[in-house]
Amino acid sequence: MPEITLIEALRQAMDEELARDPRVFVVGEDVGPRGGVFRATQGLYEKYGANRLVDSPLAELSIVAVGIGAAVADLRPICEIQFADFIYPAFNQIVNEGSRMYYRSNGAWCVPMVIRVPYGGGIGGGLYHSQSIEAYFSHVPGLKIVVPSTPYDAKGLLKSAVRDPNPVMVLEPKKGYRAIKGEIPDGEFTVPIGPARIAREGRDVSVFAYGMMAYYAAQAAETVAQEGIDAEVIDLRTLLPLDQDAILNSVKKTGKALIVHEDMQTMGYGAEVAAVIATDGFEYLDGPVRRLTGPDVPGVPYSHPMQEFFMPNPEKIADAIRDLAEY
Amino acid sequence: MAVNSTVRPAARLSESTLRDMYWTMLLARRLDERAWALHRQGRIAFHISGIGQEAAQVAAAFAINRGVDFVAPYYRDLALLLALGMPTTDFMLSLFGKHDISSGGRQMPFHWSFKHLNVVSGSAVVTTQVPQAAGLAFAVKYRQQTGMVDPQDTTQPRLALTCLGEGSTSQGEWHEAMNWAGVHKLPMICFVQNNMYAISEKPHQQMAVANVADRASAYGVAGAVVDGNDVLAVYDAMVEAVERAYNGDGATLLEAKMYRLTPHSSDDDDRTYRSREEIELWKARDGIPRFRQHLIDVGVLTEAEAGDYDARARAETDRAQQEADAAPMPAPEEALGDLYAKGELD
Repeated sequence: MPEITLIEALRQAMDEELARDPRVFVVGEDVGPRGGVFRATQGLYEKYGANRLVDSPLAELSIVAVGIGAAVADLRPICEIQFADFIYPAFNQIVNEGSRMYYRSNGAWCVPMVIRVPYGGGIGGGLYHSQSIEAYFSHVPGLKIVVPSTPYDAKGLLKSAVRDPNPVMVLEPKKGYRAIKGEIPDGEFTVPIGPARIAREGRDVSVFAYGMMAYYAAQAAETVAQEGIDAEVIDLRTLLPLDQDAILNSVKKTGKALIVHEDMQTMGYGAEVAAVIATDGFEYLDGPVRRLTGPDVPGVPYSHPMQEFFMPNPEKIADAIRDLAEY
Repeated sequence: MAVNSTVRPAARLSESTLRDMYWTMLLARRLDERAWALHRQGRIAFHISGIGQEAAQVAAAFAINRGVDFVAPYYRDLALLLALGMPTTDFMLSLFGKHDISSGGRQMPFHWSFKHLNVVSGSAVVTTQVPQAAGLAFAVKYRQQTGMVDPQDTTQPRLALTCLGEGSTSQGEWHEAMNWAGVHKLPMICFVQNNMYAISEKPHQQMAVANVADRASAYGVAGAVVDGNDVLAVYDAMVEAVERAYNGDGATLLEAKMYRLTPHSSDDDDRTYRSREEIELWKARDGIPRFRQHLIDVGVLTEAEAGDYDARARAETDRAQQEADAAPMPAPEEALGDLYAKGELD
């Protein structure tokens, strides 16, 4: 099986879906001849033309709103938001409009759209090119959110997202675009939206993570394994709707839960995971549910030492696993 | 339909179509008045009125390919929706929070959605429908340009019509929508119903230009202003916009000037911001009696027939209310339904 990068997997997914369904098109800033600022659509303009690789005006709200209208009209838009930090002008269209359309129309109008969103820090992006936005959007029934951490999942989840009749946000850990590599099989496959993935089986501590942090958690688990700590890593993959069974099954086995995300802690996604465990996994616990997250400050600072202070990494995760294992 | 420049489009309307337009305006007025009464009786929780805007709305609907072209309406569009084919009873069901087609009782009344008529569901957040209409128009053009449909196929949507008030044009997303319409030369009609009020605020508090349509040139789209109380003038202007869209010549910003004859909604008291004299002045220009008189003058209606229309409109309003009254309320658990659509991979 060939080994490819995360971003190549995303590009392949779009290429295959564009080829499969003439209703699929990509819309966003610089997605045309430029091939996207991260090169996710490289070569697709040459292959599919200007009708289907649509360079939009520099305006996130209408990238999403035009996507909603086109999806309602039974096209299959893939809307690209250049950086997660820029998505807020489109917040109303995503939250009030696209995600509520099916419910508010009594199940008449679907919004089969994808919103691709490069997110996350550790790339020298400062306050406005580093943000994690999942907490804001995972509070929105009607929306689905996936976060791949492997090329296989990136390709399979994006293809599933394109075929889903609901709005699906694909959060792409951009620090891993080229850093994360993995094998994918030749030929057609999808990865279902919903189920979490056991990235590493273990008995002592459960680590719940997604995106870049799932990638780091797997590395941390190998580090502590050499010290005799057998950590289980659950890559949540789909944040909305959340796979509660996968969380509870893992805690039942290990009795200990560490939740890792790079987003700020207060009201972050980890709070919901902790609540699931507290509500339905209380009797399984042999220790406190712990969170390792970014600090509660307005963003990831630009300057390198401050950025590294902000970001969780494999070393910090390994330390957190050790602490919890000793509890 | 090619435009004959020597004959105004309204002159080609048949007598039965003219009667149909009048009937729709009249029925909308009676239903709207009934909704006010039901609210005063404490029987419904909310009403937001389109009284004073019926002429423009009916003209707009009759100019498009009704039931086929996409429409993204706004909350005052009762007459527009009746003209597009909304069942009268469905409106009454929506007032009572029963199983209406639009939302099954989930939304407040006036949040129209009729998939079988290509009327797209909207929210209460003003202007959100306008960039979505750009998306609908984009989809029309996309299908034509990629060869999925024939641009002349009248069974397919060939434009997107969206409606809004003048206050809504102050929103940033209105700018984004118009910019899309211009840049991508979209088959879109942005129909601004300038009723002179955004709750209490007047047009000069929304914009520093005299007309919304003055902004059209800045977006590279056609713009026009028309008397919204003159149903045939609106029809003419709308047909021009429709032809432009159908011919691939881009979008139109059409502004109809009119007057909101009622308070903003059932929760508003308009005595705090406008005089009774001002309202009376505009009542004298009301598009419904004006059109009625026109039809009598040109011999399309007799006084007796017009009286018969009044009686029929009241009877139809009574019938719809009784039918809606007799319908059951939704089950409480229906609050949990229609969260996600099922797809090919589910």
